[in-house]
Amino acid sequence: MTSYFGRVMHIGLKDLKVEIRSKERLYSMMVFSILVMVIFNFAFDPGAEYIREVAPGILWVALVFSATLGLNKTFASEKEQDCLQGLMLSPLDRSGIYFGKVLSNTFFSLIVAMLTLPFFAVFFNISLLQVFMPLTLVIVLATIGFIAVGTLFAAISVGVKRGEMILPILLFPIEVPVIIAAVKATSMILDGRMMVDYSMWLKILILFDIIFLMVSFVTFDYLVEE
Amino acid sequence: MIKVSALRKTYGSVDALRGVDLHVKEGEFLTLFGPNGAGKTTLLKTLSTIIKPTSGKVYIDGLDAIEADHEVRRKIGVISHKTFLYGDLSALENLVFYARMYQLPNPEERARELIEEVGLGGRENHLVETFSRGMEQRLSIARALIHNPHIIYLDEPYSGLDQHASLMLGNLLKKLHTDTRTIIMTTHNIGHGLEISDRIVIQLAGKVVYEDQTANHTTKSFEKVYFEMVGGGK
Repeated sequence: MTSYFGRVMHIGLKDLKVEIRSKERLYSMMVFSILVMVIFNFAFDPGAEYIREVAPGILWVALVFSATLGLNKTFASEKEQDCLQGLMLSPLDRSGIYFGKVLSNTFFSLIVAMLTLPFFAVFFNISLLQVFMPLTLVIVLATIGFIAVGTLFAAISVGVKRGEMILPILLFPIEVPVIIAAVKATSMILDGRMMVDYSMWLKILILFDIIFLMVSFVTFDYLVEE
Repeated sequence: MIKVSALRKTYGSVDALRGVDLHVKEGEFLTLFGPNGAGKTTLLKTLSTIIKPTSGKVYIDGLDAIEADHEVRRKIGVISHKTFLYGDLSALENLVFYARMYQLPNPEERARELIEEVGLGGRENHLVETFSRGMEQRLSIARALIHNPHIIYLDEPYSGLDQHASLMLGNLLKKLHTDTRTIIMTTHNIGHGLEISDRIVIQLAGKVVYEDQTANHTTKSFEKVYFEMVGGGK
């Protein structure tokens, strides 16, 4: 089992190394995320009363769509020289390829989220210092859920024509519970509410993460099969 | 030893393999000929556990390739016209990565040894995207040999190579063969196939339609048989 996780880690590290060299994903994800912040900053008055009500939605629009942008490229490097087949030829269970990809996608999405937060605070005049820890917890749980499903669908869409278009169509209907739970929990956190108030949304996120990681573990083998 | 019996693979209404029977002895070099769409790549993908057959059996060294796919993968190496290499990683990083996927004890040592063996010494730290097609293919051979498999599948390995690179690849393949490895190769190039193999097979529309020893043929005589079979009219 240790060797299984060791190899999962090596797939994640390989993706990180490829990304550091190619800079394909992080740059586009980051630019997109900041662009969303800038556009909404012009659309809404940062000093207005209602800004706390719309800010969680704006934050999650930026994070969810930038993560989707990254997901579209997750199997791109594997596709180029059929490297996915190279991985499938190794004696690693195919679920290991999935978890390696989940690891790297989650890492990239969290980096973008952490870099987006300062822009979010400045553009919408919201202090995040007091709420940083609970907000980070929500971001981590929601990102894992979003990436768990997204990586699975990215594996499906990479093999089909116009996969980049198909991915969001497949992905968003299933991600609705994660997005709603993340927005609701973020809203309550920014309102200064106690954890007990938004614990239900955290439980939904945890449950979603567990269910979809397990479903993906079981189904990935069949999805990458030709 | 590879034993294939009544192997079928269906994609929807298309029969890619229609009951293939094949027996390859240990140390034998078998070349599979056939036109595009004959199911050669599907057969190799099934033998290498990438594809699960619709029905039929594949035994690799007595192991059921469907039931014991992980063990079977440790015994096989695949070289294709696609290299399975990451352009943004160096030659060494690529091989070390694959060595780790096979849980080899000294990944870097093994990777360096193979880079030397395929004549890429001194280029180990260069990114693969800077390599010529011939160099990529040699590195691809090193990748396939990283876990020292004794069965090698070659799927159109000469595809896209210039004459010099083809010659170098041919020499490397001859070296592999003398190591008493079992090799199955698919190719469209009759000359290449006859030059290095022990036995030749023609596959047509998902079925093996002809088998013979290479020694019984010259390029001309086999060309005649081949074009009669596939209807090339030569």
